[in-house]
Amino acid sequence: MKLKPVAYLSKGDFPLGEGEALALYRAMRRARFFDEKAVTLQRQGRLGVYPPFTGQEAAQVGLALALGEGDWVVPSYRESALLLARGLPIHTLLLYWRAHPAGWRFPEGVRAVNPYIPIATQIPQAVGLALAGRYRGEGWVVAVAIGDGGTSEGDFHEGLNFAAVFRAPVVFLVQNNGYAISVPKEKQMRVDYIARRAEGYGMPGVVVDGNDAAAVYLEARKAVERARKGEGPTLLEALTYRLAPHTTSDDPSRYRTREEEEAWRAQDPILRLRRALEARGLWDEGKEGELLAELEAEFTQELALADAAPEPRPEEIVEHVYAEMGPDQRRAWEALGRGLHLEEAW
Amino acid sequence: MVAEKARVLNMVQAIHEALDLALARDPRVLVFGEDVGRLGGVFRATEGLQAKYGEARVFDTPLAESGILGLAIGLAMGGMRPVAEIQFAGFLYPALDQILSHLGRWRHRSRGRVGLPVVVRAPYGGGVHTPEQHADSPEALLCHTPGVKVVIPASPERAKGLLLAAVEDPDPVFFLEAIKLYRGSRAEVPEGHYTLPLGRARVVREGRHATLIGYGGMVEVMLEAAEVAAREGVEVLVVDLETLVPLDEDTLLEAVRETGRAVVVYEAMRTGGFGAEVAARIAEGAIDHLQAPVVRVAGYDAPYPPFSAIEHHYRPSARRVLAALRRVLTH
Repeated sequence: MKLKPVAYLSKGDFPLGEGEALALYRAMRRARFFDEKAVTLQRQGRLGVYPPFTGQEAAQVGLALALGEGDWVVPSYRESALLLARGLPIHTLLLYWRAHPAGWRFPEGVRAVNPYIPIATQIPQAVGLALAGRYRGEGWVVAVAIGDGGTSEGDFHEGLNFAAVFRAPVVFLVQNNGYAISVPKEKQMRVDYIARRAEGYGMPGVVVDGNDAAAVYLEARKAVERARKGEGPTLLEALTYRLAPHTTSDDPSRYRTREEEEAWRAQDPILRLRRALEARGLWDEGKEGELLAELEAEFTQELALADAAPEPRPEEIVEHVYAEMGPDQRRAWEALGRGLHLEEAW
Repeated sequence: MVAEKARVLNMVQAIHEALDLALARDPRVLVFGEDVGRLGGVFRATEGLQAKYGEARVFDTPLAESGILGLAIGLAMGGMRPVAEIQFAGFLYPALDQILSHLGRWRHRSRGRVGLPVVVRAPYGGGVHTPEQHADSPEALLCHTPGVKVVIPASPERAKGLLLAAVEDPDPVFFLEAIKLYRGSRAEVPEGHYTLPLGRARVVREGRHATLIGYGGMVEVMLEAAEVAAREGVEVLVVDLETLVPLDEDTLLEAVRETGRAVVVYEAMRTGGFGAEVAARIAEGAIDHLQAPVVRVAGYDAPYPPFSAIEHHYRPSARRVLAALRRVLTH
């Protein structure tokens, strides 16, 4: 069967309402703004190692805006845009990437869990979370995002199979950005589209142009509706490209060419939506300027909040290991709190 | 809360009763795993539960241990109380990523927002001539995982109360059941719901000449050795650790201080086994009371032998425990 990527904006189609289109644009622009600031902060030594997502905003924001308030997102480490669009405060996200304990407890109202560092392990967990919503009669949908590299892991297979067997209300988004760090897609798999694998599990598989916000958003919405109606999971593959390195420690010039990057830069999902909005008189230079000023002010305020977080205490190391500290944690808590660990080090 | 009436049950029956009560008491409790539904589990611990509670609450999963653990984690995140069965503890290995990277960490990683009240039940240990991998005792792997608890009952009445406590515990608990005790151990088990506290070791036999420390399937082996020693006038104190994590160090050290001599018995391979942790704790906390080195009786540093004719040489026996006792008593 031939799979063809769903695309609208690149073909001159504009299937979005004005409100939806502007919401997508603002959320994408805000995410990009965050990503650029985060990389700068990392270079200044004010953020830890950070995995940028620039180039993948349409995939992540498109999915986030397709969800309802009660739905959950289960992200991997590259999904900061997804988290921001889901309502995670910027200062919490900054503290998260600073590895400050205060950033690791997401606010109760935000239906998102912490990013996963191990690859694909979140897939079966997302299925469990989706089933919990069914048991509790709350019917939430779980959206789980992963990269193409993650589809090679056993947990991807087990999770998708479980989801299909239990008809779990899950939307699986694979952001196929072409590389598992440095290994290109051709050396990871022998299929043209990852979405093709869906048939083997017994669920629909859809390929979208991942730099086309309209395509991702509309296909994600269909998948969410399907899940909410009890029709089971969907595998959504977004063809995209990370214009940035794998993390701030990575050097992509060692494994890909400038020409390839430039070709993808021309398909920047934000520019693409912006041009479509401008062509319809919904956006202009003035509005862009206003938005950027707004984002700058918001970020400055949020950064100040993050900077104001108190220094973590050493004893927080053994906090929250168990609901109630066991004797070993208690002993360590006391030693750490009294600085005894420093004496122990001679 | 302990019900008055007691009947004699084996350990499978006691565990079955605990699962039945847990399902009846709390609608959030779910029981699942490979073959636990229609078949009732390969050891029949879940027999009839699907018929009684329905396929939504007691269900079979695809054959995939990582998927089962991942599913349990997600269900717990969403407010359920999953009780997953892994058919044999030696089959936990495909799920180690879920266990080490997630099950033990979610509370810590989310700074308390996501707690995981998951119970993972798995039969472990040898002595019943199972095929390869089926007799493994991987408790040390689990104990070396921050954020999980590890409980290993030694008798039916302990198993029932501890399992009910594990289901009600807010943190993930590995509940390892010695296969040899499933039908080999029988005891009076109170009817109705009762819980036994996690994190407490217990003295199962008093003595003043030497202390034996072990858990699970080794408790009856230690008691057998103690009985033989008693005929020669040697009074042996026997400690059942019962919960390995969190470890009840106070009871352990107190028992060693009373006798000044200690033998640790476990059926996993010797190096890096949980008995090594016990020996280290004794050295740190009771060295001044020791009159002999702590001796370990354990499996050998080899895979558990799949050859039934020589399996009994691997698994610690009362004879080997007695030899170790002689060593610490004559030091």
